[in-house]
Amino acid sequence: MTGAFDRADFDLIAGWVQPGERVLDLGCGDGALLRRLIDERGAKGYGVELEDAEVLAAIANGINVIQGNLEQGLAGFDDQTFNHVVLSRTLQTVRHTERILGEMLRVGREAVVSFPNFAYWKNRMAVMGGRMPVSEDLPYEWFDTPNLRFFTILDFEALCDKMGLVIRERQVLDDAGRAVTEEQNFLGSLAVYRLGR
Amino acid sequence: MSGIGTVSAQRAHFAEPLRLKGGGVLPSYDLVYETYGTLNAAKSNAILVCHALSGNHHVAGQSADEFGKPTANVGWWDNIVGPGRPLDTDRFFIVGVNNLGGCHGSTGPASANPATGKPWGADFPVVTVEDWVDAQARLADRLGIDAWAATMGGSLGGMQAMQWTLSYPERVRHALVIAATPKLSAENIAFNDVARQAILTDPDFHGGHFYEHGVRPLRGLRLARMLGHITYLSDDQMAEKFGRRIKSGAGSYGFDVEFEIESYLRYQGDKFAGIFDANTYLRMTKALDYFDPALDYGDDLALALARARAGFLVIGFTTDWRFSPERSREIVHALVHNGQDVAHAEIESVHGHDSFLMDDPHYHAVVDAYLKRIVL
Repeated sequence: MTGAFDRADFDLIAGWVQPGERVLDLGCGDGALLRRLIDERGAKGYGVELEDAEVLAAIANGINVIQGNLEQGLAGFDDQTFNHVVLSRTLQTVRHTERILGEMLRVGREAVVSFPNFAYWKNRMAVMGGRMPVSEDLPYEWFDTPNLRFFTILDFEALCDKMGLVIRERQVLDDAGRAVTEEQNFLGSLAVYRLGR
Repeated sequence: MSGIGTVSAQRAHFAEPLRLKGGGVLPSYDLVYETYGTLNAAKSNAILVCHALSGNHHVAGQSADEFGKPTANVGWWDNIVGPGRPLDTDRFFIVGVNNLGGCHGSTGPASANPATGKPWGADFPVVTVEDWVDAQARLADRLGIDAWAATMGGSLGGMQAMQWTLSYPERVRHALVIAATPKLSAENIAFNDVARQAILTDPDFHGGHFYEHGVRPLRGLRLARMLGHITYLSDDQMAEKFGRRIKSGAGSYGFDVEFEIESYLRYQGDKFAGIFDANTYLRMTKALDYFDPALDYGDDLALALARARAGFLVIGFTTDWRFSPERSREIVHALVHNGQDVAHAEIESVHGHDSFLMDDPHYHAVVDAYLKRIVL
């Protein structure tokens, strides 16, 4: 999903991609991240996107976009084809959470996952105040959100542990895109992970 | 409304023999073609549009009559060609060519065999997608086109667009492979063979030499087309368009036309049999059956496609059950495996295999967006 909001996680991801590496961006939207990885990092990029309008925009953007539904896994993609498989702000919209994480590390050597941290203090405040949170990183009302799963940094790491996924790096940002280094599950609005097997 | 107005076909004669994949040689041949737009000075803006089973060189515009006046004969893919359309004639030089073995002017079974002076008939060789591409390459030479900005086609035309990237990797910058497949399934071949049997067993076929008997195997050709037509539509579309509606009154409990779908298919069959050549039909379906670029590469499509240098746009349609969208994905994944450039769209459409011919705004926008990327 690509929003109009600032994509601070793109800066981090761009820093992790080396020239010539192959990147698969799942839910690539109009291909903004891939465009940047191609132009700035010399990456070889592919994207998967479901929505017609986004596929069209990605094609116009010169992106190698493949139209498909992540819920159906990554059938057709060969094992270990990519250096990085990115799922940026999309995991919370996927129903088959474990399957997609498993598929990412089947087709890629590294999974890069970012998601909104539901335990961010502003979200906690919203719920304390009796309302579901609407924020920079959770920019939807409850009735129109594409998000299916609401989870926290601690929840996600528990799942990684259960699945035997190795957390190679964790970066946490606040809602202004600034790095958060302490009390991350409380002060962090967006978490960005590098995962391996 | 046609975007480009009146067009006239041209003819090119090739005296140099063409060696065919099936082992034969065509001593000489003609190709009939049309062009739209203007070839630029750098000759970098040419797009080859390849036709499918029943298509021809008349891709767009209205054919001219003998006095140069427009007729009602509008090209088969007119809706995508013209100023401001995806195949923008203000920007691109577009070439449509009738393939060898065809029945619209290029050398085919009804043409005279130079060895006998009589129509080739059954003796016209079985031509393949590779042979067509070789012949098209000679036409490109003749037109001064070193490399196509794009090769493009739907169905059997998509196979040619793909084959170009393999036969002449350095001569194709982009390939638009639409409603195609890397090879036919057993079911696809089965349908083709029933169609062929309809023709081959028609008493008027005369082993393919019906021209000299002054007859045509209309019954067989008609049945072949009716069968083919069923496979080009979708179940939903047929249900919506015809349902179980009866043409007039109640059931007659006989075998005349009753249901509207029967009437429609018979009309389509008659219309087609009136203008198409049975020997051409046999050869077109054989070209489809034989197409299998992975065959010489241990069935490894990625290995077969590895030598392509083109960027690809691959498009499938949701209700296409003749060449289903999964078949398009096979091409896409082979290219991704190789790290080749490919964009892919799966278009929602109710029109089955025929969707590639339809004027669908999203589909055309995808083609337009891709072609706009091409630097001339």
